Amino acid sequence: MLETLLCGLSLLLRVLPRWNPDLAMLLKDVSYVAVIRTKGAARGRTFKVHNGRVTSHGGIAAGAEVVVEFESARVGIRLMMPPTDWLAFVSAGKRFQVTVAGDDILACRFMQTVNAVQHIAWLAGTDCQDGTVRYTTQTNGGPCFVYVKEGRIIRITPIDLSDDDGESWVIRARGREFRPPRKATVSPHALNFKSMVYSPKRLLYPLKRVDFDAKGERNPQNRGSSGYVRISWDEALDIVAGEIKRVKSDYGASAITFNHPSHHTWGNIGYWISALTRFANAVGHTKIHHNPDSWEGWYWGAMHHWGNSLRLGVGEPYGTVEDLLKEAEMLVFWSSDPEATNGLYGGQEGTVRRLWLRELGIPLVHIDPFFNHTAAFLGGKWIAPRPGTDTALALSIAYVWITESLYDKHFVEQRCYGFDVWRDYILGVSDSVPKTPEWQSTETGVDAATVRALARQWGNKKTYLGAGGMGNAFGGAGRSPTGQQWARSMVCLIAMQGLGKPGVNLGNLQWSTPVDHSFWFPGYAEGGMSGDLANTAAALELYQRMPHLVSMNSVTAPPIPRLRLPEAIQGESVSGQLRDGRSIEGQFTSPRYPGLGHSSVRLMYKYGGSNFSTMPQSNRYAQMYRSANLEFVVNQSIWMEGDAKFADVILPACSPLERWDISEWANANGFMPHLYTQVNHRMITLQHKCIEPLGESKSDYDIFLAVAQRLGLGMYFSEGMTELDWVKRMFDASDLPSITTWRRFLKKGYAVVPAPEEGLRTSVAYRWFYEGRRKDVPEPHPLPSEYKKEWNQGLQTPRGKFEFECQTLKRFAPDDEERPPILKYVRSWEGHQSARTQEYPLQLITPHPRFSFHTQGDGKSAYVNELEEHRVWVNGYHYLILRMNAQDALERAIKRNELVLVHNDRGAVLCAVRPTHRLRPGVVHGYESSAQYDPIGVPGESPDRGGSLNLLSSKRTQIKNAHSMASSACLVQVRKWTPQDEETWCSGAAARPDGRREVKQSFADVAR
Amino acid sequence: MDKWTLLFDVERCNGCSNCVIATRDEYADNRHIGYAEPMPAGASWFDVRCTERGSYPAVDIAYRVATCQHCDDPPCAKPVPGAVRKRSDGIVVIDPVKARGARSIVDACPYGAVHWNEELQLPQHWNFDAHLLDSGWNQTRGAQACPTGALTVRKISDSTLQALCRDDGWAELRPELKSQPRVYYKNLHRVYSIFIAGTVVMETEGSEDVVEGAIVRLLDAKGMEAASGITDGFGDFRFDGLTTDLTTACTLDIAGPIASGSRRAAARVSIRDSAHVGKIMLGATSMGAI
Repeated sequence: MLETLLCGLSLLLRVLPRWNPDLAMLLKDVSYVAVIRTKGAARGRTFKVHNGRVTSHGGIAAGAEVVVEFESARVGIRLMMPPTDWLAFVSAGKRFQVTVAGDDILACRFMQTVNAVQHIAWLAGTDCQDGTVRYTTQTNGGPCFVYVKEGRIIRITPIDLSDDDGESWVIRARGREFRPPRKATVSPHALNFKSMVYSPKRLLYPLKRVDFDAKGERNPQNRGSSGYVRISWDEALDIVAGEIKRVKSDYGASAITFNHPSHHTWGNIGYWISALTRFANAVGHTKIHHNPDSWEGWYWGAMHHWGNSLRLGVGEPYGTVEDLLKEAEMLVFWSSDPEATNGLYGGQEGTVRRLWLRELGIPLVHIDPFFNHTAAFLGGKWIAPRPGTDTALALSIAYVWITESLYDKHFVEQRCYGFDVWRDYILGVSDSVPKTPEWQSTETGVDAATVRALARQWGNKKTYLGAGGMGNAFGGAGRSPTGQQWARSMVCLIAMQGLGKPGVNLGNLQWSTPVDHSFWFPGYAEGGMSGDLANTAAALELYQRMPHLVSMNSVTAPPIPRLRLPEAIQGESVSGQLRDGRSIEGQFTSPRYPGLGHSSVRLMYKYGGSNFSTMPQSNRYAQMYRSANLEFVVNQSIWMEGDAKFADVILPACSPLERWDISEWANANGFMPHLYTQVNHRMITLQHKCIEPLGESKSDYDIFLAVAQRLGLGMYFSEGMTELDWVKRMFDASDLPSITTWRRFLKKGYAVVPAPEEGLRTSVAYRWFYEGRRKDVPEPHPLPSEYKKEWNQGLQTPRGKFEFECQTLKRFAPDDEERPPILKYVRSWEGHQSARTQEYPLQLITPHPRFSFHTQGDGKSAYVNELEEHRVWVNGYHYLILRMNAQDALERAIKRNELVLVHNDRGAVLCAVRPTHRLRPGVVHGYESSAQYDPIGVPGESPDRGGSLNLLSSKRTQIKNAHSMASSACLVQVRKWTPQDEETWCSGAAARPDGRREVKQSFADVAR
Repeated sequence: MDKWTLLFDVERCNGCSNCVIATRDEYADNRHIGYAEPMPAGASWFDVRCTERGSYPAVDIAYRVATCQHCDDPPCAKPVPGAVRKRSDGIVVIDPVKARGARSIVDACPYGAVHWNEELQLPQHWNFDAHLLDSGWNQTRGAQACPTGALTVRKISDSTLQALCRDDGWAELRPELKSQPRVYYKNLHRVYSIFIAGTVVMETEGSEDVVEGAIVRLLDAKGMEAASGITDGFGDFRFDGLTTDLTTACTLDIAGPIASGSRRAAARVSIRDSAHVGKIMLGATSMGAI
């Protein structure tokens, strides 16, 4: 029987390559002999691969380069009989009932070849007329069709749903019916992809820094300044693998770290919480522990009032779209600009729903120092507090509610704890300062009369509070120096009004559409192919559904808190509180790096987007890279931008349009459950390999595999599979086969999950809590042990209630003045009253960008650079826009599109000015996350004209008891850029043979 | 015969610029033989322009599409006979071969919608994605990429178009040119007109409060009522769709509700651009000038 199977395999290998291009490709340019046999070589067969052809004979040839060995014929038959039983396969592998020996590169190739035999009649994409093929892709901003002709991408379009796609939902509210359009609305940066693929900034070949020699002078001090020379993949991989081996032998695996951003290009296999994690675990590394970056305020602040630790402190989102449309009489957007980012990954799906607000005539209020895009689009009352003072405004609203009895007393008495203590603070009983509307106006700059009017309307109407970009989370003031106060004030206000009462909740229509919540497809944080049960959510569901090898990082040393990475690399001992969602108290633990008996980091594997524009006070990163402590830096990137030019070796990754992947739109399960409820139709996409990788670039998966093979880890990393095999494996594991077939999915490129019947929709968030019932929303949170009395009853807090006085904070640090047990207004350490305003009088706010997804889509000659609201072309360069109140601009005699230096003692950035009335006086605005970091002189010590405004933000954590960033607001001065500046910063460039420029002044001198 | 018509509603546009990017995607580095040579970087045949009106804290942001208007009587067709064609389906196409070298075509467009391609010595414009419509598409790239329906294209008869203008408020960008465009806009007042906004307050027992329900009348130089409205829950009023004829010499006459003790106020206003005229205190004895 085994012989028959092997004979059949040999027949297929001989015949199929003609019709199976995957197979033909795997057989190309390689010659080797492989045998498949039973243990003791009793039975088996030999396969000779040569010149793209396979010949085979019974019996076992001696000296085969690859030997696949089954414990017995029975095991062999079980594992080889299609369709593959992955559980049996993985189990047999773990028990050494099947082994693959020999050269790792050839072993992987042979196993991939055997797998590819199953790729029969796998046709990807839909043929159009005129020789164009329509493929599908998925991005951080929604799914798209990709039209390819003669190997070139012609166009990228949004997907209009067809009649045979799953049906849409309908919401009936106030006598009207609301239906989403039958299309996938996408973000500008999704439609931008062709220009990103063919960008002149693409890395097409492996590169080595000209003055780096792994066996001689490494010249780390020249990182960021020196040029590069093209090298072969073999040389690049040998250097990288050689350095990994050397560093592990000399220092141990703790001397290696992987530095990746929070996001990556979309796709469950190629994502960082997938292929990278499996690779990094296989190598071993000191983890860089991520702060809850865009969710800071909720994690470190709001969580103590209401729990939700496995949601980063963010509340349930369920059913609020429908409830808001049916019940709400007012909607207050507070530091909430969903039209800028459309939540997170949401395309423009929320936009079409927010148009319904206008149809229903629901009154809107926007609280933001910037007249943001949501206010501009929807209209309503604009209230502009000074950045960092929102809490004062919130407290005075509570003051009006308390003094005029405009809050839900029943709810506060029955479902909340510690209100009296907070009330006494608000009324001034405990500190003699009543938090009146007049009191707040000196802090916020907002008229007392306006606040009273807002408080009275809010207290008299069923009001939704849209806080942050997601309506109950994300971005906005939560990323500022006073972020945790702000998020605390948001939840305290909504609690006073009766959280969960019909028409009273957090939300801005950005998520919780009535889509199917039970259909399972893994989100990106469910681990992909990582096999990491400890640091991803693979254990939740994916691991059971898609059996695969487990991976685990063996380095037990404490992690580096991400925001302290530059200091850690430069030799400081650093610590930071953990992001550990198991419990509320998980955030109190603060390990210290480096660990006892463990080496500090010597080798950095950098992957993906830029630190310079996304991490605070980021000139620190130039110092980090130029430190001799970093013996080796490898950067794996798609584009030559940001951190890439600080590497010793650069590995060119291809774009997602040049590799296979599979994913669901906006599904971040494992990180944030049900984030896909931002979209109007759940759409799962096959991310086609639309074109071949450009130049010599390779997919991240193939790069990791190639390095792994040089470490003998290729079979472990890949399980003998190609990227496409993993895609198929994930398809089979998911619920997709219940609504489509693999071949149909591969051809069409997407599947729509039908909306559930109306009766099967989720209940509304916190309605159960408001009504005093058991929890009845579909989230398996918090962990069972977090319930203090009975499972599924009450909140996660110690009292099981909404705690105005947070018992967790009271136990941990009752006297913490920055974060006291009750919410108090604490002035910003970088606000309009801080001492720094003497030199830096303007408040710079840097929200998430509108037209790019962080660095993705920005720079690199992409289309969005030409949008007049994104960048401005001045003297041959696309400068980032700095928006400035028109009066402030007039006082400085600065006109539209003039270049200015935005600066403080941390750095200086060149921008083009846009005078506007959309900002209150004293505030300037520019988007964070420039893709470009272009210092005009010495990196880290000269102005950047790329627009990395995070050079100016503070590295200081929001509060000392939180590993949090405060990067969305800082103090700066702005002045015109002059020819003298050019001279000051750039002189000497030509004089020095190494091209480095002299620094004649420091950032601190600029102001004087 | 029905003709392709582009309809753009200022009120529904959120400024996402998907239409701009989609159109650039269609023409950048793509050659559509017989229709268009590639669009170079820096040119924007199809653009969205932002208009900001008002002064802190009353601001209005509006976007409008700026592109070829596909005139039924195209001024750009006059300089070089045969180089610019008005198709029977309403689309104006600049022939990428016959128009080569003819810079006069750029100059002839009163909308500034024809762009000079220096490298190819070619006048270029957005040709309504004619190559796509001819190959079976039923909409343009911009319309397909628009999330809100602010931008739509329809193939309609002249009489349907006239009905849309008459009954539904669609209008030309610049009727004075009499070029009979096939691009129509709605709610253009948010681009071209002036608004006057303000906040009505009053003082009671030493504290200031906004006044809801105050009747605000806008009077012209002759004292005739040009508009009227009622303040909202924040004491705010706004008169939009105004011209300088009125805004440079007008008066706000405000009557508080009975609950305010029927207090009144008046203010003279003279502005040339949209503005928030500030807080107006009821019960002020003399007329303030703003």
